[in-house]
Amino acid sequence: MIALLDYGAGNVRSVQKALTAAGGEVALVASPEELAHADAVVLPGVGAFDDCVNAMQRQELFGAVKDFIGTGKPFLGICVGYQALFEKSEEFNSCAAGLGVFGGSVVRFAENGIKVPQIGWNEVEFEKPECPILKGIESGSHFYFVHSYFPKPTDESIVATCTTYGETFASSVWRDNLFATQFHPEKSQKVGLKLLQNFVGLA
Amino acid sequence: MLAKRVIPCLDVHDGQVTRGVQFGKAEAGELRNVGDPVELALQYNKQGADEMVFFDITASAHERKTIVDVIERAGDQCFMPLTVGGGIRSVEDMSTMLKAGADKISINSAAIATPSLIRAGAEKFGSQCIVVSIDAKKTGDDQWRVFTHGGRKEAGLDAIEWAKEAVALGAGEIVLNSIDADGTKAGYDIEITRRISENVGVPVVASGGAGNLDHMVDVLKQGKADAVLAASIFHFGEFTVGEVKEHLAKADIPVRMV
Repeated sequence: MIALLDYGAGNVRSVQKALTAAGGEVALVASPEELAHADAVVLPGVGAFDDCVNAMQRQELFGAVKDFIGTGKPFLGICVGYQALFEKSEEFNSCAAGLGVFGGSVVRFAENGIKVPQIGWNEVEFEKPECPILKGIESGSHFYFVHSYFPKPTDESIVATCTTYGETFASSVWRDNLFATQFHPEKSQKVGLKLLQNFVGLA
Repeated sequence: MLAKRVIPCLDVHDGQVTRGVQFGKAEAGELRNVGDPVELALQYNKQGADEMVFFDITASAHERKTIVDVIERAGDQCFMPLTVGGGIRSVEDMSTMLKAGADKISINSAAIATPSLIRAGAEKFGSQCIVVSIDAKKTGDDQWRVFTHGGRKEAGLDAIEWAKEAVALGAGEIVLNSIDADGTKAGYDIEITRRISENVGVPVVASGGAGNLDHMVDVLKQGKADAVLAASIFHFGEFTVGEVKEHLAKADIPVRMV
């Protein structure tokens, strides 16, 4: 069973439908107890970093997610669910601490001649083509992005893919069974479903 | 490189996609039925549309249930970004649409009546979620005013100033619909699109007037739009989304080919 964390993020339904279409057996999970039985976990997210982290704290999912990641079972963070894995965010007024699974903070696009948020389909260039969730997808494929912020990992060896929008940033990271993407695979049509299929295959 | 987006727009009335010939005529009942919204959405999905907009043109209580159902069914099969607009007046309305599977909410007259709705939505769901749609009409030299009620009522706002204010309040995208150009198939209003695009830091979607493929090239290049929205040319089978993209690619515009 793939546990899809339901902490009030608006896009849970989309992620659930896409994971199901990718062959996953998905359960919406809102409490730490249920997490313990999961074979894999997906942390979705749209909106603000603090809202995500605070909602997880309220539902006591914060510690449970860290514990789950510690087990080494497959974990996928999407968008704000990717950003939440880092230490902190520079988002306006942000004061919440992230999960701190990865070192580094979440920063905003420098607005020199680009429109922020980045909304649309951008190319994802592979740094680590051997990353299991990228199997069968070509480097340079377009994925759907919608964000104003992105994480800057201190450890560059975790960067699985890069994308350029004004500047080049880590559009996904990978370490062991831990995966996270700034783009939305659940909204990226065929290539997105392929990535999710690859993840479901690991569970 | 970020691709320029091609976005089919589906105006939904009584559970059917309809198309009025000219601006405001849809509301007056001069409609042409073009098909089932979910079937059309699936077609455009297959053709490689980058996004889809569902617009509830009647916005009655009954129609609201229909559009929620349309969004749910389209979202369950399309796996692409969906925007919904028409009759959204509160944060609760936004929440209903997002839960149904919409990614972005487009507001127009409600934002004019209650500008704080933009901020409330952006704070709750993030700026990326809130699209402010502007119906603009050229009223004089270098002057575009905002209109509501299908272009019949002047809102008392300058289009460029209103776009800037909407973004300051938290809008993450602007859809600029030219009342003069809409339905004419004579091309987008390039000038007002460019003026707004240069004045706001968020993406601008050009809408209204697409009649041929060069119109799209022009508004993306000279009009500095980030995306093009069109209805008739797709609904009536004149061009597929793929044909549009091939044409844009030939003009050196970055697009996502599928």
